[in-house]
Order: sequence, then C-alpha cells, then structure tokens
Amino acid sequence: MKKLSTLLAATAIATLMAGSAWSKTLVYCSEASPEGFDPGLYTGGQTFDASSRTVYNRLVEFKHGGTELEPGLAESWEVSADGTEYTFKLRPGVKFQTTEYFTPTRELNADDVIFSFERQYKADNPWNKYVAGASWEYFAGMGFPDLIQSITKVDDLTVKFKLKQAEAPFLANLGMDFASIMSKEYADKLAADGKMELLNQQPLGTGPFTFVAYQTDAAIRYKANPDYWAGKEKIDDLVFAITTDAAIRAQKLKAGECHIMAYPNAADVAELKKDENLTILEQEGLNVSYLAYNTLVAPFDKAEVRKALNMAVNKQAIVDAVFQGAATVAKNPIPPTMWSYNDKIEDDKYDPAAAKKMLEDAGVKDLKMKIWAMPVARPYMLNARRAAELMQADLAAIGVTVEIVSYEWAEYLKLSSAKDRDGAAILGWTGDNGDPDNFLDTLLGCDAVGGNNRAQWCNKEFDDLMTKAKATADVAERTKFYEEAQVIFKKEAPWNTIDHSLVFVPMNKKVTGFVMDPLGIHRFNGVDIAE
Amino acid sequence: MLRFIFGRLAVLIPTFIGVSIIAFSFIRLLPGDPVMLMSGERVMSPERHAQIMTDLGLDRPIYIQYFDYLVNLLHGDFGSSIVTKRAVLTDFMQLFPATIELSLCAIILAVALGVPAGVLAAVKRGTWLDQTLMGTALVGYSMPIFWWGLLLVIFFSGYLGWTPVSGRISLMYFFPQVTGFMLIDSLISGQAGAFKSAVTYLILPTIVLATIPLAVIARQTRSAMLEVLGEDYVRTARSKGLSPFRVIGVHALRNALIPVITTIGLQVGVLLAGAILTETIFSWPGIGKWMVDSVFKRDYQVVQGGLMLIAAVIMIVNLIVDVLYGFINPRIRH
Repeated sequence: MKKLSTLLAATAIATLMAGSAWSKTLVYCSEASPEGFDPGLYTGGQTFDASSRTVYNRLVEFKHGGTELEPGLAESWEVSADGTEYTFKLRPGVKFQTTEYFTPTRELNADDVIFSFERQYKADNPWNKYVAGASWEYFAGMGFPDLIQSITKVDDLTVKFKLKQAEAPFLANLGMDFASIMSKEYADKLAADGKMELLNQQPLGTGPFTFVAYQTDAAIRYKANPDYWAGKEKIDDLVFAITTDAAIRAQKLKAGECHIMAYPNAADVAELKKDENLTILEQEGLNVSYLAYNTLVAPFDKAEVRKALNMAVNKQAIVDAVFQGAATVAKNPIPPTMWSYNDKIEDDKYDPAAAKKMLEDAGVKDLKMKIWAMPVARPYMLNARRAAELMQADLAAIGVTVEIVSYEWAEYLKLSSAKDRDGAAILGWTGDNGDPDNFLDTLLGCDAVGGNNRAQWCNKEFDDLMTKAKATADVAERTKFYEEAQVIFKKEAPWNTIDHSLVFVPMNKKVTGFVMDPLGIHRFNGVDIAE
Repeated sequence: MLRFIFGRLAVLIPTFIGVSIIAFSFIRLLPGDPVMLMSGERVMSPERHAQIMTDLGLDRPIYIQYFDYLVNLLHGDFGSSIVTKRAVLTDFMQLFPATIELSLCAIILAVALGVPAGVLAAVKRGTWLDQTLMGTALVGYSMPIFWWGLLLVIFFSGYLGWTPVSGRISLMYFFPQVTGFMLIDSLISGQAGAFKSAVTYLILPTIVLATIPLAVIARQTRSAMLEVLGEDYVRTARSKGLSPFRVIGVHALRNALIPVITTIGLQVGVLLAGAILTETIFSWPGIGKWMVDSVFKRDYQVVQGGLMLIAAVIMIVNLIVDVLYGFINPRIRH
C-alpha cells in the first residue's frame, strides 16, 4: 500500500516537473476567498494577501517580518518640523505590470499616488463610488478623511501630503494595505471603456506578482512580475488554493497539494509537527484579548474592585484550556513583539485570598456581574465561552456570582460598545500597522469611549500621554510616553488582559525564504522552493 | 398531457412569490447587518453606519425594498453582492455548474447502487443480506456528513494517498471555463491527463454527497418492491413460468419505481443541503459554500438571490419529476 502511494506521488511530481507550464510554482492554501482585488474597499486579511501584498506596493513598506518601515515606492521622505507636511520622493523607473488586459505606456509617477488616495475620500472623484456601496473602511477607520488636508504633485516624482494636524502614526498607516498605489493610466482606460468595476476584478500594480486569473472560490493565479523594481522573484508562478476548512488545509499540506498553509487549527499543530516533511514557523501574533469592565458603572468604576477581580482569575489556566499552550498570558495591552512594550510591568498576581480581601475592603459584598462571551472564534480568542466559564468558576471562589451572556456577532460588536453596557465584555484586537497608538489610543483613548474603548475608560493622565506621543515623530521619545501609559493602565486596570495568541505557519521543508509577518500578512516575495 | 403540464406550471407562480417573500425576509430577520460586520472589531461611527446603509438602500422601509427587489427580479436583475460587489447572477452561473456536476454524479451513484441494493434486499427479505444492506443504509443515513467527509479524506487521501484532498482538478491544469462542468471542460481543453485528474477529484465528494440519498433510495426501493412482490400480477407472472429476472426486473420493478422516482426527485433538495457541507469540506467552488459564507456576512443580496435561484431550480426539477410521473403512470394525469 505504502509503495503504491509512494509510486503515485513520485509519478505526480515527475509530471509536475515535466510540464513546462508547471515550472517553479508555489501553492499556498489560503483560508478564504478574497472579497475583491481593490484593497481600499475591504478589511479582510485574505483579501490583502491576494491583492495588496502580491500585486501592489505602497509608498513605504513594513520590513519583511517586522513592523519597522522601509522605503517602498517612495525612495525617501521628509517630514516638516511641525509634523504636518510629508514630502515623498518616488522611486524612478518603476514599471506597472503588463498583463493580458492592459499594457502600460508609462512608469509610476505622482499622478498615480494622488489618484490612489483621492478616490478614497473625495466625494466628487468618479472612483469614489465606482462599485455599488463602495466604502473605504480602513481609510475612514484610520481617521484619514479628517486628517488629510491636501495631496499635491510637486513634480513627476515628488508628492506632498499636507495634514490638518501632526500625526506620528501617519507614516505607518501609509504602509497599510488600503494605501496601495494603483495605476492611474489603467484606471483611466477602464473609465474610458465604461468598465470601471474591473479595477476590483483585474488588479494591476507594481508588485512582485502579476495577476493572471481568479477562479471564483477555487484558486487565484499569479506569475512573477518580470519587471519588478526589486528584481524578479525566484518562483515563476504563485497559486492560492482556497481551502476554507483548516483541517482540510492541513491534509492538503501533508499530501503535498500545497507548500504553505494559513491558520492551522490549534489542535492540528502537534500532528503537523510530527510530519518530517514539514516545518512549522511560529510567532506571537500582534494581538491581545481582554476582558473590559465597564468603568462607568458601579462598582467597576473603582480601580481596586477591577484589580481584585483581575487577581481572582487564573489566566494561565485559560490559556492552557483554550489555546492548548498556543498563547501567552498578557500583562500589557500591547503584545511583546511591539516596540515600547513595557516588560518591567508586573502582572496582577493570581491570589484568590488577597482578591477576596481587597473586594471586602472596597466595601463590595455579594457581587453579581455579567461576563459577555463572544459567539465566534477569533485569532486572539478561540473560545470565549470556555474562557468565560473558567472566569466564572474563579470568581465564584471569591464570592462573585457571574452570569455569562452572549449575542450574535454583529449584535455583540454593537452592544458591547454601549456606555451603559451591563457587565464586562471579552473581546480583542489585532494590530493594523504595528504602531502602539493603534492599540493604546484606539482602544483606550478618551475619544474612543462609546466606540472601540469597551471599558469606557477615560483617564486624563493616560490620554495626555497619547496626545503627546502622536505629536512627535521621535521614536525614542514616543517609546517613553507609551511605556508610562502602560504603567497607568496597569494601576487603573480597566481591562483584565487575557492573552496574546501564537500564530503558526506550517509549510513544506522545501520552501525557503518565507518569513512570518507580525501583522498576520502572508507575503511571498523572496520565497523559493528547493529542487 | 399539455393541460397537466400547464396546471403544474400555474402552481409555480404563487410558490415563486411565496419563496421570494421568505428569501427576502429570512436573512433580514437575523440580528446584525452587513455594514456592522464590514468593520469587524473596529467600531464604525453611527453617522458613517447610517451613510453606508443609505448608500446601499438599506435604510428604506422594508416593503419598498421588497417591491424594488421584485421589480428588479422580473427584469432578471438579482442585484450585486454587498461584499464582493459582483453581480449575484454572474457568480451563480459561474458556481452553479460545479454544484450540478457534483450533485449529478452523486445522484447517479446513489441510484446505481441504491436501487439494486433495495431490490436485492427485498428479494432476499429477512436474510443476512437484507439485514446487512439495510443496516448499512441506516448507518449511511445517520452519518454526519462533515465527519464522514473528513474521515474519508484522512484515510484515502492522507493515509493511502489514493485520492486528492480537495479542489476540482489538479492546479497544474489551467484552462478557460467553457461549460463550467469540469469533466467536459477538461476534455475540451485537450490537456493530457486533465480529464483523469478531474475524475479523481470527484470521487470522494461524490461518495460523501451520495451517502444519504443512497440510503434513502435503497430503503424506499426495498419497501416499494416488497409491496409489489406481494401483488397478484407478480404471482401470475411467476406462475406463467417467467424467469425470476424478468418477473423482478420488468413486472415488479417498473411498478415499484413510481414512489422511488418521487423519492429521487425529493432528494434534489437533500442534495443541495448536503452540498453545503460537502462543498465546504472539499473546497468545492459551488453555490453551497457561497451561500453559507454570505449568510455569515449578512450579504442580503447574495442570500436572497441565491435562495430564489435555488428554489427555481428545485421547482423545475419537481415539475420534471411530476411530468415523468405522469408518463410512467397515466392515471396521475387525470
């Protein structure tokens, strides 16, 4: 039996090698179908993997495997002293991809950059509503409509962004997927032909891979861009085999039907590790899961009550039960892989006896509270109900009665934001751009109360630090502000920080050059397959 | 016969309207809305939420939305997906052949094995063969599809390496979709080995999807056969000295098939329901998976359009079954 299957496998490989169309092809088992191919319109990671990280580039790029920035389509940039003007020098000689549906006649210039951004916020731009119900989620989410005053062309290879106020994370935001640079020439051609919707179906950019075809819900095909400004990739073809079930993705990887797979089930990791043909990369994800108290409602408005409740919960037990070890206990609201993570902070010690006493000292007796458990699995929290049950048992030990409640996901997201929410809610966050501001201010700033700030926590001291950190581009200085902010956070305990989960990328041992990305992106430039 | 067909067609109109109401309201009854889900954990401001709802026309009174929808439907416009922005009908036409191909293979397998198994069980009633066949059918009928599919994949693809894990054809083959049926397209493509590859990819999903209909058909055939075998005309045929094969195959089976054909027609609904899970397990790019994804994303247009199109297909299949039934049994026509 084994011999037969080995023979079959050998024949299959030989056939693959023989076919010239099947030269050096990397197959990636992706987790879902892309929503479309215009990264500005969407928020899904699978969409970004399939569009912005393959077909497109941005002015600045995140370093492979990190969150630091490096030059992308902009060779260099200057920031004005007051932090409101960013001038980018574009890389000369960058060619757009030549595809079956379009042959570019000119190289990248400032018009492309202006087009890529203006379509996302200028209501009178014909591309602003080029598909029904187009909404530029990330552009709006990162506050760009209120931030950008103007984008102007200085010369063909120089673009100037004028901001309404200084915003240090602006540069990191430009490395995000929605800021991908599109070809204006291609867009103009589509508009002239009356086929604008094709911009979202047949992408064309400056990136390492040229789009070939999308077979709906089945596969996406790319070929290496021969004109890529950073040099042609080592692999010839790239195929995304869309495989929604994680267990099946694992089987496909084991059977050699793909080289790399996205997001394995935590339960399958051990089994995959045993396979001698595979190797598994792992990294702490840029995420956090938390239990947010409603600090506007008594008795959770008292820091000592929140602190006592934190001390009563055995977080290690939650990580063990829910993640089977594939996560670490969180002590700060930002993950350890992020710059400015304050490692000097000590977590609240698990000590039920002390917790009980603290609660009594605060004058709280027979506390009854609700814990909200999310109905879905997210990368940072695989099973919120199980986590809530463990918290319920821990809190019962100090005399707190917990009722677990849950709602349908969209409803949960909405209701958990309400200022008068009854109970503490489990939720989490995955970073967008590697900037601490994207966690600390987005989730805990005063402006976010009634929105992303599920603890409804507004602390002036903390908020001032956020403002100061935004106003300077000096990373060392910003680090100091953020480190201090984490100290205040720990003292005030608006959340019980639960975990940072690990992210795994299992792949065939023949694959070289694949680097895990803390932003959860799957990038294939620089990847090769050993013969 | 023509009157019979027209009579059946007339019933379809109110059914179609009923289905459109259910399809339209069902997805809207679920809590949450598509705009809320677009932004995920990141909270959208109420103003922005309201603006996008207006852009999508979702802020209008529900009856106006419905009538708009109905008018568009009559013009053949099924709307565009809220998420992918692609036309619902285009996606449906692209994905539906995959579902039909899989369902057809499954129903052929189910009939090819189910009818003989049922006949055999009826003829050998009460023997170990009967009990084994019916016992197996019961197990098949009770099998959770997801678990069964995964089990087959782990054993045949993972352990033995005989069949591919998932997909419709090996990724090394790439040719334009002409009919949407992979078996036909792979033949047309002229690429060596493509057809064989398509067949190997069909094996496991076909078995998984055929399991429940096979069990139902086998059990139905058995009971119908048992009834017919006790009839006077069968006894007469036997006493005339006809061969057992002729008695069972011609005299008994032809009459026993009437309820079996009805059952097969009803299995179309079961197949489409089973396709949802089968397609998810085997990454089969059909409408089942497409619909499920859309329900989760509250993609109203896709869910309602998809339901309408699926309902239309089921209605047409049932109509064909009714007409066939009329042919086989002329009494029904009157």
